[in-house]
Amino acid sequence: MSDTGKPLVEAPADAVAGEVVLRLTDVVKTFPGVRALDGVQLEVRAGEVHCLLGQNGAGKSTLIKVLAGVHRPDSGEVVWRGEPASFANPQAAMRAGIATIYQELDLVDDLSVAENAFLGHEPRRFGFVRRGHMARRTRQILARLGHPEIPPGRLVRHLPAAGKQIVSMARALSHEARLIIMDEPSAVLAHDEVANLFRIIRELTAQGIAVIYISHRLEEIREIGDRVTVLKDGRTTAASLPARETPTRDLVARMTGRTIEYVFPQRPADHGGGAELLRVDGLTRPGEFADVSLRVRAGEIVGIAGLVGSGRSELLETIFGARRAHAGTVRVNGRTLRPGSVGAAVRAGMGMAPEERKSQALLLGEPIYRNVTLATFGRYARLGFTDAGQERAEADRIAESLELRPRDVRRPVRTLSGGNQQKVVVGRWLLGDTRLLLLDEPTRGVDVGARAELYQVIRDLAARGVGVLLVSSEVPEVLGLADRVLVMREGRVVREAPAGELDENTVLDLVMAGSLMEGAPA
Amino acid sequence: MSDVRESALPAQSPPVERAETAKVDAPAKLSWWRGDGGEGVKRNLGLLATLVVLVVIGILTRPDLYGDPNWVWGNTLTILKLASVVGVVTVGMTFVIIGGGIDLSVGAIVALAGVWCTTVATQSYGAGGMIFTALTVGLAVGVVNGLLVSYGRLVPFIATLAMLVAARGLAAEISDKQTQVSGNTFINGIASTNVLGIPLLVYILVAVVAAGWVLLNRTTFGRRTVAVGGNPEAARLAGINVRRHTVLLYALSGLCCGIAAVMLTAQATSAQAAMANLYELDAIAAAIIGGTLLSGGRGTIIGSLLGVIIFSTITNLFAINNLSAEAQNMVKGGIIVAAVLVQQVQFGSLTQFLARNRATTT
Repeated sequence: MSDTGKPLVEAPADAVAGEVVLRLTDVVKTFPGVRALDGVQLEVRAGEVHCLLGQNGAGKSTLIKVLAGVHRPDSGEVVWRGEPASFANPQAAMRAGIATIYQELDLVDDLSVAENAFLGHEPRRFGFVRRGHMARRTRQILARLGHPEIPPGRLVRHLPAAGKQIVSMARALSHEARLIIMDEPSAVLAHDEVANLFRIIRELTAQGIAVIYISHRLEEIREIGDRVTVLKDGRTTAASLPARETPTRDLVARMTGRTIEYVFPQRPADHGGGAELLRVDGLTRPGEFADVSLRVRAGEIVGIAGLVGSGRSELLETIFGARRAHAGTVRVNGRTLRPGSVGAAVRAGMGMAPEERKSQALLLGEPIYRNVTLATFGRYARLGFTDAGQERAEADRIAESLELRPRDVRRPVRTLSGGNQQKVVVGRWLLGDTRLLLLDEPTRGVDVGARAELYQVIRDLAARGVGVLLVSSEVPEVLGLADRVLVMREGRVVREAPAGELDENTVLDLVMAGSLMEGAPA
Repeated sequence: MSDVRESALPAQSPPVERAETAKVDAPAKLSWWRGDGGEGVKRNLGLLATLVVLVVIGILTRPDLYGDPNWVWGNTLTILKLASVVGVVTVGMTFVIIGGGIDLSVGAIVALAGVWCTTVATQSYGAGGMIFTALTVGLAVGVVNGLLVSYGRLVPFIATLAMLVAARGLAAEISDKQTQVSGNTFINGIASTNVLGIPLLVYILVAVVAAGWVLLNRTTFGRRTVAVGGNPEAARLAGINVRRHTVLLYALSGLCCGIAAVMLTAQATSAQAAMANLYELDAIAAAIIGGTLLSGGRGTIIGSLLGVIIFSTITNLFAINNLSAEAQNMVKGGIIVAAVLVQQVQFGSLTQFLARNRATTT
């Protein structure tokens, strides 16, 4: 459809492909106690997809915020379209033609899709917002983004994560952007939506618009990127490498400062011998999932593969009692759990690391140790009086065994990187006598190095007899980590098999069957 | 920065990491009285400084009075006595706000409990019966608030606003809009008794504040309060019964109102439906000045106490200078705004704060 439609945005008349639009030289930005950027070099050309690679905490987010006008650099030079630039605020950056799509979507939940797309620059006449005009233009932009089904009048609150992402993109397109910065845009997208995203990006760059693309997924960078700049500890360790030709080993080495193998831990030879821990029969929540039955044995990792919206997260939350099942039972060690009671699930030895780490699992302003002991502080208390010393000691032990960085458990959780925050959430359930761990997207927003560590932690838990039920959008992760795999589509389990009997393509076919794929990568 | 992997190339690893590692090896011991919130301590020092400024203003405007040490001591006790009733209410309010709610009905609960414990029938049971009645009424109304909020899923603002109206109505009904005089000498003595030269009311305030501090900082109840207010979803998914805890928070606030009702009745040697008027505003303002986040999850009891004392010091300052109560309210309003501004600036640097403001105005 894109071939026949008008271009996504009016191409800036003076955009010349290949011309350098943005150049950063020795950019430094410090916050109290942290040197977030410590000499960043970056060169972006019109019409290219420039990928930014780096571990959590490497300075990518700070760099984006400098470009978006949120932060001002302490020193160094930013040259935008041939002239030194310093953006006083986000509006100034946007007026200059830089649009940013943040990882944590900055949408207003209670405004409509159209109002969000044109937030801050609503089309108006005599001081009145031209609502009809705004809705029409939003509809056009959404259609060109491949999502004409999103109504411009719908409140953003009612959209799924992928839909919100599209609205964020629409906002960028509603400005006449010459540079669009995308911070992990694929993190919340299902597989076919990523293909759609790439199609949009290619169309943008064809018109001379530059894109800065941030992702942890190397395969995406290979597919969509032209050049790569790698950051480590706030410094550029490699600038403008060719995205397709540079070997993975080189990229990882520059990200981490050492070469690491990105592998899954070995499966034990005799898996699956444990007693049945979890037995779910005919679990149903209308509109979310239907008639799901599954078993998890002690020491077994069971993976659920499925797209966003396949009902997998809802299933996990229902098993955990955070949602009330319409029908069906959840049994742990043969005892039926009271439906809709998280407390009952926790007492039965269940723990869950939910999908949205920050909003569902953490008290960001509280110290690490209090987050680790959030589910267990009552155990260390006597007559209702908490024992902070023992809590810190226990949290220290967990921090030690999970190699948490930084190790000081009195620091606020807010200051940790994504991977380490996830360790805090998982570590929470290692304290009690958790026998069954439910993990929803445990490696979302976690960098390569920390991922390998998390995989090892999960495997070690299983080796100790803990049953693990794992949900992930990344099929290789499910296949590499789990002993047994359930494939979910549209709220139903469509296939169950040992991980060894499935390969990525088979699972993708199952996951996608019936859904429209455009230009599907294998 | 925080997720720097161990480097195989030691030359590249910046010295900052080493400092951090060293710190971890020898974790500093915390003294028993100190919590983990360095931020809160800093804030409270700011409040103390504010208090000092107010006293200095007092000294500058009335050097004649401040020249007499006896007067200074007596005036200090006056300020504390003035702070005692609202202070007790504020402790309960602080818990509710940290827990993510708000209680607009506290003044009305004080009035209802005060009126109920001074009816002829209740007074016939003596001081014990009166105190029991006041506390039970406060607790019961608090539980109703909590049930409306947690199980009735009403917004706290609405639920307690409704309770404010209803409780005052009930108080007027019971008292038949009359002032009910307390004939109980024990109750009346609560306000007039001094122990070691200090009014009993001040001891009650200190006791309630101390209990509140321990409850918030040293018990599982306090931890649940912070969790429920800071991130209710995270608390729920960690197995905390958020609804039950919400009921308990409003019950605690109601109980504090019951205590305050006894104190206020003793002070006036009577009770009426219009007593404790606008206490909810004083308590909320004191908590906010004290650094309690209105969105929940953060706050300190000491901060709230300092907030109440700052307010009563201002009142006192105006009284000793023979200034009007109207001017006094204007100053109080200004102080509330200033406190919230300080709170916002603490979140980011001053420049960021200003930049944000510029951004929103252009």
